Amino acid sequence: MAKVPVQFTLNGSEKAEFIESGTTLLHALRDKIGDTSPKGGCHQGTCGACSVIIDGELRLSCLTLAETCNGADIRTTAGLAEAGVLHPLQRAFLDAFATQCGFCTPGMIMAAKVLLDRTPNPSREDVVEALSGNICRCTGYEPIIQAVLTAARANSQNAA
Amino acid sequence: MAIRRGRGVAAINYPTGMNLGGDPTQALVHSTPTGNFMVTLSSVDLGQGMKQIMAQICAETIGVPTDRVVIDTADTDTGPHCMGTFASRGTHRAGNAVIQAAKEARQVMLEVAAEELEVNASDLETDGQGNILVKGAPQKSISIFDVALSAHFKRGRSISGRGMFLIPRSYPEKETGAMKPSTCYAHACTVVEVEVDDETGEVTVLNVKNVFEIGRALNPRMVEQQLVGGSWMGISHALYETTEPYYPSRDHGGTDFNQYLMPGPGDLAETEIIVLERPSADGPFGAKGPGEMCANPQIPAVANAVFDAVGVRIDTLPITPERVLRALKARAAG
Ligand code: FES
Ligand code: FES
Repeated sequence: MAKVPVQFTLNGSEKAEFIESGTTLLHALRDKIGDTSPKGGCHQGTCGACSVIIDGELRLSCLTLAETCNGADIRTTAGLAEAGVLHPLQRAFLDAFATQCGFCTPGMIMAAKVLLDRTPNPSREDVVEALSGNICRCTGYEPIIQAVLTAARANSQNAA
Repeated sequence: MAIRRGRGVAAINYPTGMNLGGDPTQALVHSTPTGNFMVTLSSVDLGQGMKQIMAQICAETIGVPTDRVVIDTADTDTGPHCMGTFASRGTHRAGNAVIQAAKEARQVMLEVAAEELEVNASDLETDGQGNILVKGAPQKSISIFDVALSAHFKRGRSISGRGMFLIPRSYPEKETGAMKPSTCYAHACTVVEVEVDDETGEVTVLNVKNVFEIGRALNPRMVEQQLVGGSWMGISHALYETTEPYYPSRDHGGTDFNQYLMPGPGDLAETEIIVLERPSADGPFGAKGPGEMCANPQIPAVANAVFDAVGVRIDTLPITPERVLRALKARAAG
């Protein structure tokens, strides 16, 4: 099949690839570019493990064609830490023991990031709503909900 | 037609490991030239925290900080044999093997240190911070870093050890049928409160209270983490999850994750966890296997709570609205 060029920004750096038409963004990120932070859980839009942020919106990279991302600004969990310092959400997930196998974690963190970007002081219901597209097998969710609430508090303290 | 409340209780005993052709796990420990310790295992960490626990066990046994231990579980083809990470056996079986291997490595380490310090190995102790001291004369000491260098470059010794933990196969006695198919039981008890809508058959879990007796909690936060997730998973199995068709035939079963019902973060019941620690006699530092058992008692507790609420016994899982309604109908029909 003919290859098509795609070019986008991934966590702030320019990426350009030739990909087969029809390649999902998930596949392009993991297998072409080498950012394995988005996970492939179901490849059909039901688990949320592949969640990434495209131009500020939460997206399922398994249902997004890479060729539709030309010029886009794409963010993944791999780009969250700055100069070796974990993002408050990453820190809170660790402190709350909110990850076990870790397979859902990058998707959870991306979903939580979009929430906190828009709603810096979310209620518990807001957090549940924001995470409701993400499935976790291991944790029973409660530690994850607590981690997101903790990260929100840490953010607002830093801002104050 | 009404919403009815019920409460159910269930208690379980849960074995660690299993009894197929014997239940072995082996481990190898060796030091690097700079006095870090590698533990090689074929046991797999799938999120339950195996690597952390094995590092703690090895560090405690050798007498070094946990961050001086590296766990290598890379390859089941080339690593020492393990039956696998299942049957809640990882901590217990692999942990015992790691203790044995680490003891042997510690012995070599002390022998090398003894040669360097010109004392008897039996007069040495570790401070847990990376040093070996002469008992009663701690000013006479050597770092484990220097001991490892000496072993590698001066004395030609390998600071290493082998661990072999085997629960042999148990056969039934001919006369009585008695056997010991498993070891080291963990225990749990769960109380669940539910609401059952006798018009729709829907069961809502209001709260779950669990007590788990798990031997010694080698890492209390990780134990709690696993129990919280397990308790939720038990509820999930009781009410939602199945790969089997509800009816009428297999063709109606789910084929992928789209059709596999698993609750999300909006479906949580209030959950309480209490941990009782009664160190086991044969476990590594008293640990048992809490892994699988933490998702078990919720299931009979939910079934009992449904019985308490609406008076019907559901003996097929999951306890779907349809099953509740059918049972209610059957009872009404007498
Ligand atoms: S892999 Fe994309 S939603 Fe599951
Ligand atoms: S931590 Fe395993 S799926 Fe969430």
